[in-house]
This record gives sequence, C-alpha cells and structure tokens, in this order.
Amino acid sequence: MNAAVVVPALARARPPGFWSVLEATLAKDLRLEWRSKDAINPMLFFALLVVVVFSFSFDPTAEESRHIAGGIIWVAFLFAAVVALNQTWSRELRNQVLDAYRISPAPANSLFLAKAVGNFLFVAVLEAVMAPLFMVFYNLRPLGSSWQLALVAVLATWALVVNGTFFAAISIRTRSREVMLPLILFPISIPALYSMVAATTAILAGDASPVYWIKLLGVYDVSFTTASLLLFETVLHAE
Amino acid sequence: MKVKRTVLGLAVFALLAYGYYLAMYAAPTEATMGDVQRIFYYHVPSAWTAFLCFLANFMASIVYLVKRGQRADAFAVASAEVGVVFCTVVLVTGPLWARPVWGIWWTWDARLTSTLILWLIYVSYLLLRKFSTGGQTPVLAAALAIFGFVDVPIVYFSIRYFRTQHPQPVIGGGEGSALDPAMAKALLVNWVAFMAFAAILLTLRYRLERLRQRAEEAHILKAERADAESTPGAEIGRIR
Repeated sequence: MNAAVVVPALARARPPGFWSVLEATLAKDLRLEWRSKDAINPMLFFALLVVVVFSFSFDPTAEESRHIAGGIIWVAFLFAAVVALNQTWSRELRNQVLDAYRISPAPANSLFLAKAVGNFLFVAVLEAVMAPLFMVFYNLRPLGSSWQLALVAVLATWALVVNGTFFAAISIRTRSREVMLPLILFPISIPALYSMVAATTAILAGDASPVYWIKLLGVYDVSFTTASLLLFETVLHAE
Repeated sequence: MKVKRTVLGLAVFALLAYGYYLAMYAAPTEATMGDVQRIFYYHVPSAWTAFLCFLANFMASIVYLVKRGQRADAFAVASAEVGVVFCTVVLVTGPLWARPVWGIWWTWDARLTSTLILWLIYVSYLLLRKFSTGGQTPVLAAALAIFGFVDVPIVYFSIRYFRTQHPQPVIGGGEGSALDPAMAKALLVNWVAFMAFAAILLTLRYRLERLRQRAEEAHILKAERADAESTPGAEIGRIR
C-alpha cells in the first residue's frame, strides 16, 4: 500500500552497503548488551545452575566423569545459549524495529550475520567464564591438545548460534515463541551436538582422535551458514 | 468421482489383504528368528514409504518457495504428516521385533538413531506449522523443511561410527543378501500396497488442506468486504 509511495524516494538514495549495515547492527547490539547485560547475566547464572544440578547425578570427581564432562559442558552451553538466542529478535519487536528492517533496502543477510556474530560473541564470553569453572568443579584437565579444544569451541559455538539465530527469526513469528525455539532448534542440532560432545570427550580423555568430529563440525557449519544466508531474506519477509 | 474413489479404496484394501496373506501365510518361516521375522514385511515397507514422503515434503517445500503456490504447500503438509505416521510405524514395529531377537527394545544403533532424529525433525516441523499464525506459516515451514533435509546426510555421517546392530539391507546388499523368492514377493507386494495406501492418505489429507485454505480465503474476503462496506469511501473499493 504505502510501499508505492516510499519506493521512488528510496530508489534515489544509494542503498546502504553490506558491511556498513553489519557493523552498525553489531555495534548497536553490543552496546545494548554492554549497558543492559540482558543476555549474558541470565546465561551465566543458568549455566552455573546446570553445572551444580548435574553434579548431583553422578560423582563429578571420579575418573570416569572425564568421559561425560564433554556432554555436560555442551548441554549446559546449548541450554544457556537459548536464552541469548531468544532475545536476538524479540529485542527488535519493541517500537516495530523489525518492520522497519523489512521495508528498509538494507541487505537482509548483513542483518543476519550481525545478529549471528553478536550471539557468537555472547556465547563465547559465556564459555570463557564457564570453562575454567567446569575445569575446577569437575576436576578436568585436557589430556589431548588444547589448541584442538579451542578449535572445537569456535566451530561448535558457531554451529549453535548460526542455526539458533535463524530459527529464532522463525520462532519469533509463532505463538509461545520462547518455547518454540528449542523445539525446532534441538532436533536439527543433534548431529552438531553429537560431534562437539564426541570431539570434546576425545580431547579431554585423550584416548581417541577428534579429527573426524572437527571435520564434521566444519561441514555442518558450512552447510547451515550457506542455507541460512540463502533463506534468511525469505524468512524475514514472510507475511 | 465418488465411485472412482470407492473403487480405488477397495483395490488398495484388496492389495493390503493380499500382502497380509503373503506375509503371514505364504512366506516361509525364517530359520532362526521364527514368526517374529514376519514383522519385517511391515517394518521395511513403512520405512521406505516414510522416507519417500519426507523426500516429497522437501521437494514440495522448494517448489513452494520458488512459485508460492498454495498447492505445493498443501502437498508439503500432507506428505509430512503421512511421513510421520509411517515413521512412527517403523519406530514401533522395530522394538517389537528387537525385543525377542536382540533381547532389548531399543539400542542407540546408527540406523535406529537416525530414524529417530528424522522423526523428531518432522514432528518439530508439524509443531511449527501448528504454532505459527497467519499467512507466514508456509514460508517458515518450508524453510525449516529445507534445513531438516540438509541435516539428513550430516546425521548419517555423525552416527555411522556407532557400532551397528541393525541387520544389513537384505536386498542388493552384497554377499549373503539373498532373500527367499517367496519372502521377496511378500515384501514387494506389501511395499506396493503400503505406497498405494500412503498415496490415498496423502490425497485425502491434501484435499482437506486445500479445503481449509479455501475456507480461510473466503473468511478473509468476507471480512474485507464487511470492512469496505462499513467505512466511508466504500464505493471505490467496490468499483475496483
């Protein structure tokens, strides 16, 4: 309706560039988070709760716990990440900011990448704070190589947030949106979750090579980043 | 039209009955497993049918995103639902067979796990359809369907290193895969019967979805008309 009036005016102006939109959105999100800490505080506390609650289900200092610690770490991070992912787009609902994004000529993918990178940084901070705590509470020490552990962390975090950011854009359009995100995110993330757990366990226990799992995580990251970039504009403009 | 449907329904019923006869009476009893093995004539055709339904759902989702036709969306939702039903049959008949043969109901074997994950993905697809509102549902669902299908090969590669307990495919599966001709016949007849049955379910569900779409459109049109009549300047709307 109004689009016909708006478009000629916009057509004269040059559409904003890919990187400038990405930079502006990311800077805005980081500044918001820095001032409010709406995502990071609940995430940290939630992950801490998971660590404590899980410690009652088995003896966390036993030698065998080394073999399940990888699973617990990533499940805690996955659950905690959902807190940040749910806020990705809901933050834009106030004052119809998301609608403004839709009618703006800014490239949709730069918006998506900015959100995904923002979430990546939030979850990375969470991991940086929680990982030492895990090491202390569960008496861990990587028997394999530490740089591989860092690589797994980077690939695994991206795997969680790239799909999570995309699915958050889907779940924001549904009734009971906060519940919907894990319901659609978890089934598809199972192979990624399995790979990151297997890789982490292999490194922590030092008795197997994590290379296959690292490669698989890489394949997962590439496939789903591509799929997200191809489909995000469609989902953003879904009416 | 109605006669044709009835005849088709009866033909599929006859085919299913024939398949039942072949599976339960005509096929020889398996040497080591005994009669329990006969569940195989239902388990395997259900699995193939479910996988075909999921493939159909993936293709319909792509067609929908490209052409935005409501027919493609109706086909996508119908094939996903029928696929989930047959996948559920697979997941129920599997443990029924496994308990007497393996001694356990379930094991986290590669094939079982990937089928379960597939089932989870398509149930989440149906949940999304149920919970999303308005005209955006088809687009969101189609996007999720494509993500789900991209996931399938990765699921496969992530769990192929599991120790596999599931029997290897007995048809065209290399050495030792020879199936007794009577067994092969029972399997194939049942597969054709299941596919025909699935096709009928799919058609009925597709028609239902088309009716729902049309009813929704009629509601929207009616509301718009009422809206136009109650506001000033309605004549312009009516002339258009």
